[in-house]
Amino acid sequence: MVPADEGGGLMRGDLLTADIDGLDEALAAVDAFDQALVAGLLRPQAAQAAGLTALADAVAGSPLADRVAGAAEKASTGSAAEDDLVALAAARTALLGSVHDALLERVTEATGRPAGPAEAAGPGPERPANLLVAARSWLADLARCGWQGLDHEVVAGAAPVVSAMLPDPALRRLAALLDGFAAELAATCPGVTAERFPVRRWADLWARGMMLTVPGAADTPAAGTATGRLLPLGVDAQEHATAVQAQVHAVFEPADGGAARLVRASVSAPKPDTVIGAGLWKLLRPHMSLLAAAGEGRSMDITGMPVTAEGDLLWSDEHARPGEPAEAFATARVALPAATDLPAAPLDRHPARLAVPVFLEGYGVEQDDGGLTFTVAGQPLAVDTDRVPAAGPLTPEKVAASGACIALLRWDDGRFRVQPLAVETTVRKKAVAIHAGGWAGGTTEKAGVQAEKAADAAVGVLRERAGRLLRK
Amino acid sequence: MSDWERASAARVVPPARPRKLAKVPFVELADGRLQGVVSSGSDIERVYVSSVAAGSFTYACSTNNNRPCGGARGGFCNHIRALVTEAVLQYGADRVVRYLRVETDADTAAGITGAMTATRPDLGDKSAAAAVFSRFLRHLAYLELAPTTLPLPEMQWFPPTRAVA
Repeated sequence: MVPADEGGGLMRGDLLTADIDGLDEALAAVDAFDQALVAGLLRPQAAQAAGLTALADAVAGSPLADRVAGAAEKASTGSAAEDDLVALAAARTALLGSVHDALLERVTEATGRPAGPAEAAGPGPERPANLLVAARSWLADLARCGWQGLDHEVVAGAAPVVSAMLPDPALRRLAALLDGFAAELAATCPGVTAERFPVRRWADLWARGMMLTVPGAADTPAAGTATGRLLPLGVDAQEHATAVQAQVHAVFEPADGGAARLVRASVSAPKPDTVIGAGLWKLLRPHMSLLAAAGEGRSMDITGMPVTAEGDLLWSDEHARPGEPAEAFATARVALPAATDLPAAPLDRHPARLAVPVFLEGYGVEQDDGGLTFTVAGQPLAVDTDRVPAAGPLTPEKVAASGACIALLRWDDGRFRVQPLAVETTVRKKAVAIHAGGWAGGTTEKAGVQAEKAADAAVGVLRERAGRLLRK
Repeated sequence: MSDWERASAARVVPPARPRKLAKVPFVELADGRLQGVVSSGSDIERVYVSSVAAGSFTYACSTNNNRPCGGARGGFCNHIRALVTEAVLQYGADRVVRYLRVETDADTAAGITGAMTATRPDLGDKSAAAAVFSRFLRHLAYLELAPTTLPLPEMQWFPPTRAVA
């Protein structure tokens, strides 16, 4: 355990570089299956059959064993039904779930913070299934043609499904996933001429899409309400051509004196691909006052805010009002070490979903061709500066010049890395905090103001065109 | 396999680069074509629906009321030239050249356009126009969709990138 009074800066870097038992074996089975999707399952060759069997063997000791073995056998002869493909996606999801759990255990040891409860949410209301059936049918077509067999016709099959799903916020998860996925597939068409494919990534997106076509799987019901003080740590932004999401990570201190815990609040929107950069903050800002609070270094007082079992606040401005100033680095030093971590929903257990707030201080900084590396407790920890949004005041140079950092600890292609949310650096002998989401609530910085103006103009043109052409 | 092939957050499509939308509100590389919509300079109610096919560079241009573009008889009209210019701004010359399969070392819109017109491409029929226009309307409809504060865990697979096209 790292004593709370010494801060999270003493993260056990050694634990993040040490091997994890069984990890390579689990990922080898995942890779074997993923390779089968490259050539597609329409007329599987021996190598693909072996890949499918490897996946089935990896879950042979689990309750999925029989179902997946049968599905792998049928898929090996090119006769898999959609249900069989769902079973294979479930097996892959379960394997990566176990990888997630092993990684999270390591992270919890390294940060020394108390682990959150492993709560499972009950299923939400049933959704109209026809769109889910249509989505599953498209994903099944994709699996059959494989990445090498991609053409415009098969990719175009996603558009009507996505268009029909987008208006319903409850179907946004699957819609946003399929929309971003289809855009990548379209950009790679025809598959036969592509030199390489993002094999792990596309299998992730495919399997995840398949799982979300199971009715109820995408529901994120409220498990209770939260009343107390919210201390923002930073803003994480995610985007593809036609969607954007901002997530505020914060420490929540319940008014009833209960233990402090980490929470997240999300706001997302579909967008035209030409609305980018600072324009995205403008799109999201009116829907979550917390963005401005995080930008200004202010706490918020929330009353009866719905919250899911995973610690996602289902934000609504009517349950929140601005609180006292709360500097993120003070929160990271004082409140973060004692806050319990977020539990993950069963289906969301995937290494790519790990994003654990950590506070780092007193690290060394090294810069080479491979990017930036912090030395934490004697161990190298890669810094993912590419994930810092360009529409903000934080730059890779400022991260390199920093002395303290609030970051999200992540894991991808075999190693841990940190994504800076904010850094402390010295400007004219004074410590200054610079936030990745510094423009989220608005800005007076010249570059930010200009970027917002350009984004305004783009939205203005599209709205004018839409007004004239759309409703005819 | 290389790291990129084994990365869940591998970056596949670089984000669009900012450009002014007034003249060409919509451009995309899709359905095997460079296609888009060009606003008329004289009539605010009129737009031109223009496209160039990958490989053959067969081109088409007509108004949203399905009238043929007068300029697109003997070769690329100004609408198609504007479309190429804006596509290069939005996607970068490399991606445009690769998608349209243009055999050229040119890295400017003028150079790419020149390489395509040098092959004396054919004027295609108007059949693509309806599809392109409906893609444009679908694109505009994204502005009308309500934001939500329900979490989208899947967006974790779509990190931003500072790299440009």
